[in-house]
Amino acid sequence: MTQWSGYLGLILQGALITIELTLMGSVLALITAFLAGLGRLSRFFVLRALATAYIEFFRGTSIFVQLFWAYFVLPFIGISLTPLQAGVLALGLNVGAYAAEVVRGAIQSIGREQYEACTALNLGRWQAMRHVILPQALLVMLPTFGNNAIELLKATAVVSLISLTDLTFQAQVVRSQTGNTLVPFATILIIYFVLALIISWGVRSLERRMARGLDGVRV
Amino acid sequence: MEWDWNFVREIMPTLIQGVKITILATLLGSVLAAIVGLAIALARRSPNRGLSRTVGFLAEFIRGTPLLVQLYFIFYVLPDIGVLLPPLVAGVIGLGLHYGTYTAEVYRAGIDNVPRGQWEAAKACNLNARQTWTHIIMPQAIPPMIPALANYFIAMFKETPLLSAITVLELMNQAKSVANTYYRYVEPMTLVGAFFLVISLFSVVLLRWLERRYGKIER
Repeated sequence: MTQWSGYLGLILQGALITIELTLMGSVLALITAFLAGLGRLSRFFVLRALATAYIEFFRGTSIFVQLFWAYFVLPFIGISLTPLQAGVLALGLNVGAYAAEVVRGAIQSIGREQYEACTALNLGRWQAMRHVILPQALLVMLPTFGNNAIELLKATAVVSLISLTDLTFQAQVVRSQTGNTLVPFATILIIYFVLALIISWGVRSLERRMARGLDGVRV
Repeated sequence: MEWDWNFVREIMPTLIQGVKITILATLLGSVLAAIVGLAIALARRSPNRGLSRTVGFLAEFIRGTPLLVQLYFIFYVLPDIGVLLPPLVAGVIGLGLHYGTYTAEVYRAGIDNVPRGQWEAAKACNLNARQTWTHIIMPQAIPPMIPALANYFIAMFKETPLLSAITVLELMNQAKSVANTYYRYVEPMTLVGAFFLVISLFSVVLLRWLERRYGKIER
């Protein structure tokens, strides 16, 4: 029975890797989401086409295939990635493509009168985006970003298949060493669920904070 | 590394066998998800507080944890309590349960969108519960659900590569075994990616058509 503490330690190490992956993946996803989302709204055809191609490609193939491609195919064309780098890259770019559509939708949901007011105040395109449109659009994006972050957390389980020692990988290790199946898998299911709850709680409180001072602005 | 068309021709038959299993798993999983989703949606509307709360929490739990871990759970834990499932059956159950929790939300939204007046009119016409559902509510609730349901079935299709982790010989697994035999990853992995991309691009067209035919996707 004393061994269980050792196995629990193993699973907690895996949890750290999962959290690390989720955080780094989210940052990459956030950056690509804004680049691609704004790109789709660009005045320039080339930027729009590039952003659309990126979004359709990464939404069209599954995260699993992308991960395997990044890990097994890229080395043959001269780019060697560690499992962690491949994981962050695939997760970030995949979820970023979904989130890009959220960015685009939120920006388009801001009413025409806001744009007209910006023109009336003689703001440039960038100024209007930075000071008027984005502060309102961010609030619209937040809840869906929360869902995307949970999807990303769930997708991290896949990296165990390219030998990254995350929660799922460690559960498999415990399973093969102890022969017990219920305890490791039930434990990590609960840990994943708690992490998902933390994300949704965090996003909700962030939403409340950001909504401050915008009362009455949004209908 | 060069792209080798001869090698592509050589591995095609093996990959096509995998495609068959992938499509079979998606179809069976979709049927199961449609049924499970309806069961969850009805249970959550039940006047029995205990039932609706329990089912609601379970659905939330399944939605908040990774499909891969759920597949492991079904595949490795159930045999310990005497339920031995073939890999494909375990995979279909996993897909059906996971996506059932998503389709449940589609059903819920579809049913909630039927105006109150329809329920009241049904009562005024002295229809019993079964008649109300089959003749009044379902015919109005189902058409708007169709595009949203199709959306989830396409998402499920893209998650089927995960079944390779529980030894189902679907497309991804066939590609992996071919790649490991010949130690050539570029062609098999790229073909798998291309296959998923082509199917998803077609499904985007199908979705657009469904949306036009049956109304907008509820978000």
